[in-house]
Amino acid sequence: MSISEDAAGGGAGSIARPRLEASSPRYGEKLIRALLGLCALVSVATTLAIVISLLVPTIGFFGEVPFVDFLFGTDWAPTFADATFGVLPIVIGTLTVTFWALVVAIPVGLLSAIYLAEYAPSRVRRTIKPVLEVLEGVPTVAIGLFALYFLRPLFEDVLPFLPWSGPFSVGVAGFAVGLMIVPLVASVADDAMRAVPSGLRQGAYALGAGKMTVSLRVVLPAAISGVVAAFVLATSRAIGETMVVLLAAGATPQMTFPWQVTESVQTMTAFIGTTATGDIATGTITYDTIFAVGALLFVMTLIMNMFAIRLVRRFREVYE
Amino acid sequence: MEDGGGRGLAQRIEVAEPGADVSWTGEKVFELRDVGVTYSGTQAVKGVSADFFSKEITALIGPSGCGKSTLLRCLNRMNDLIPGAEVEGELRYHGEDLYGPKVDPVQVRKLIGMVFQKPNPFPKSIFDNVAFGPRVLGLDNVEDRVRTALEGAALWGEVSRRLDDNAYGMSGGQQQRLCIARALAVNPDVILMDEPCSALDPISTGKIEDLMLDLKEDYSIVIVTHNMQQAARVSDRTAFLIVELDADEENRWGRMVEYDVTEKIFTNPSDQRTEDYVTGKVG
Amino acid sequence: MSPVSGGPAGRTRLATAGARAATVGALAGNGRRDRFAGAAFLALLLLALTVALTGLASLLIWAAIEGAPRLNIGLFTEGPSSLSPETAGYRTAILGTVYVIGGVIALIVPLGVGAAVYLEQFADRSRWWNRFIELNIQNLAGVPSIVFGILGLAFIVRGPFSLGFVAAAASMTLALLVLPTVILASREAIRAVPPSISEGSMALGATRWQTVRRQVLPAALPGILTGVILAVARAIGEAAPLLMVGAVTFVTVDPSFFEGGYSTLPVQIYNYATRPQEVFQVLAAAGVIVMLVVLLAMNSFAIWLRNRYEREW
Repeated sequence: MSISEDAAGGGAGSIARPRLEASSPRYGEKLIRALLGLCALVSVATTLAIVISLLVPTIGFFGEVPFVDFLFGTDWAPTFADATFGVLPIVIGTLTVTFWALVVAIPVGLLSAIYLAEYAPSRVRRTIKPVLEVLEGVPTVAIGLFALYFLRPLFEDVLPFLPWSGPFSVGVAGFAVGLMIVPLVASVADDAMRAVPSGLRQGAYALGAGKMTVSLRVVLPAAISGVVAAFVLATSRAIGETMVVLLAAGATPQMTFPWQVTESVQTMTAFIGTTATGDIATGTITYDTIFAVGALLFVMTLIMNMFAIRLVRRFREVYE
Repeated sequence: MEDGGGRGLAQRIEVAEPGADVSWTGEKVFELRDVGVTYSGTQAVKGVSADFFSKEITALIGPSGCGKSTLLRCLNRMNDLIPGAEVEGELRYHGEDLYGPKVDPVQVRKLIGMVFQKPNPFPKSIFDNVAFGPRVLGLDNVEDRVRTALEGAALWGEVSRRLDDNAYGMSGGQQQRLCIARALAVNPDVILMDEPCSALDPISTGKIEDLMLDLKEDYSIVIVTHNMQQAARVSDRTAFLIVELDADEENRWGRMVEYDVTEKIFTNPSDQRTEDYVTGKVG
Repeated sequence: MSPVSGGPAGRTRLATAGARAATVGALAGNGRRDRFAGAAFLALLLLALTVALTGLASLLIWAAIEGAPRLNIGLFTEGPSSLSPETAGYRTAILGTVYVIGGVIALIVPLGVGAAVYLEQFADRSRWWNRFIELNIQNLAGVPSIVFGILGLAFIVRGPFSLGFVAAAASMTLALLVLPTVILASREAIRAVPPSISEGSMALGATRWQTVRRQVLPAALPGILTGVILAVARAIGEAAPLLMVGAVTFVTVDPSFFEGGYSTLPVQIYNYATRPQEVFQVLAAAGVIVMLVVLLAMNSFAIWLRNRYEREW
């Protein structure tokens, strides 16, 4: 066995004094490590950039508009000559859409999840789960289109007694958003319930309990933090949705009650989407309004997401 | 060699023929002085002092939890890969401090190879498995090295016609010999083996033990094994470690009790604890 | 009882209470009534599942029916036109999508895989800043897409990068949006490679990067690829952030990266959808068909890829 030409500098012969120092300074390795670290820092930079890009104009905004007027005012007309900046109408718009979305998504999503986790034979589950995953990827503009041109007429046909007028309806938009987030609720809740150890189920079955009882009174409570996480994620998603509401909910900021489903409303996201595409000059108060609303939106979803992350982490640790 | 019947040995253990060169003045490959390891503050093994000799097979035996594998991993700086692991004491390799400030662990591992308990071939072909080391180290003549290594691991005959097959198609014993060949291909000085046969059937075990005795001519070998008979069969010297508890019985760590020529450890040990272990009185 | 804040003890309490109720119910069982309730429940579950599946499936069917009349080659070769909507098409939008998505891929693969490799192989988990990076990525995954539009407007179109309303700005904005998806998927894929492989490689004297490059990444490739495909599929369908970085909805010239206006398929569909004439509705639906076909193909491929290469280690 030829030994002498080894890069190792030694070999299977007797070694007088082995070379243990690095054969080369290996700058390449250090450089690569630094580059990879930079890639990871991009995420931090992104968050920082989001915060800064929201914060600076928002501070400018609140220099001109009192905080209380903004948060509690009910007159939203920032793009008009005689501008008013009470944000409540568009917040209510967002919350109403979200409300109806959850009314649809939570029962449908949760019940589907219970079926998939507890009842479905494995072949059925193996087919349906990927289908749900693909459905989760339907682009929001398509859903908005569907809501505007199919659901809206359909709803008017099915519920003719409601005061329909115009193509926009917060109820229809909310329904569409709800349909859109059903796969999300279903898959997160399903994961949470599957993580419950089978020992708990087997014990209940052995005592003679039926499937419904086991699902609702043993598995569901045990998986509760994951299920709640699913709801919180769904809420966050509904709050942040833009295209569906742009197409189906309208652009009329008004204070409506949740049951006024046929009204047209404007959500926070719709406001941002509409206003920012117009020709607004930088530095004007109207421009800053976009960022103020954006900041409010960001804070709302941030709180929900942090809550959801903690819940998910908790349900993962208990059963691992 | 006397039958140790008078000492109450439970069974007759076959010991390797004592050679004439089992002396204490040969070339030392490792010198350990008061070596210990802690993992994030928890002591795993402590106070090990011994000299391992070149071109010999040294066995580390003892009950589970006594830190044999931890100690083995010190010898090629594999403990560096575990966050929170710290090595104390002095460890010399051919006289050089293995943990000196300028020492590069990557360089160390080129000289001191390792074979693991569960065979871990790469998800590549047989050839690429063995060739990985030479390629990564920038050695030339890769094909010759692969062949030599496979011959050295007594595997060449079985695989020479199917070098491009995926390594995962081999049996457990073959995979382990492949891992040995992989280690041989970079031409190390020492080969460390961490319970190399514990996941294998007796026939494969026998083949690998024969292989070890062949390899001893060119490499120094340190092997951890929980199989006493194996240690007795193949090793020249054996170190026996136990689990020690502290005063309140709250912490435990490994400690070396006795280290001597294999024949002596198994037929006439100096320490009562060693005798209890090798006669099977304690697990 | 506070289910959410109760912690492990609270959950156990709930589960125990449930088990107790189940036992009592079973022993006191009113057989026939329970069976009826059980059957009704199952019916309810199946109803929910049907709603979930048909709700979204009906979207696909509606789009197919509505848009079918306009499915001709002109859809791809003609640019947008207000004057003759019967022959208008999506050419510039499709080209725009190709350009923008090309830029997205060029950005997310090195950045996403790089970040994942760093976090899984090089970072010391006990250091706070590494945990902070992980938390960041998880948060970003939940930020609404329009906020990324704001980011793009403030930082990329204007601000430090000042690229203007160009396709490259859209690429960067979308890349930041889907980056968490790539990082998450790549991390899972890298984590799935058994540590014994890395150990074996390092024991031979390979460096950490050599081990990653030659052993870990090749083994994790299918999972990483799946993540990239899913991220790209998401990016293709996004419209909201692009509205804010200048995806002008009426572009008649072919796009380029750093200058001029551009449009993308979903944005163009949105533009057509907001017009009152029925011709445009059909056109919009046709565009939806094209988009859905592409996305369906990509998502199915990604799922197939994941299932096929899910290795049994």
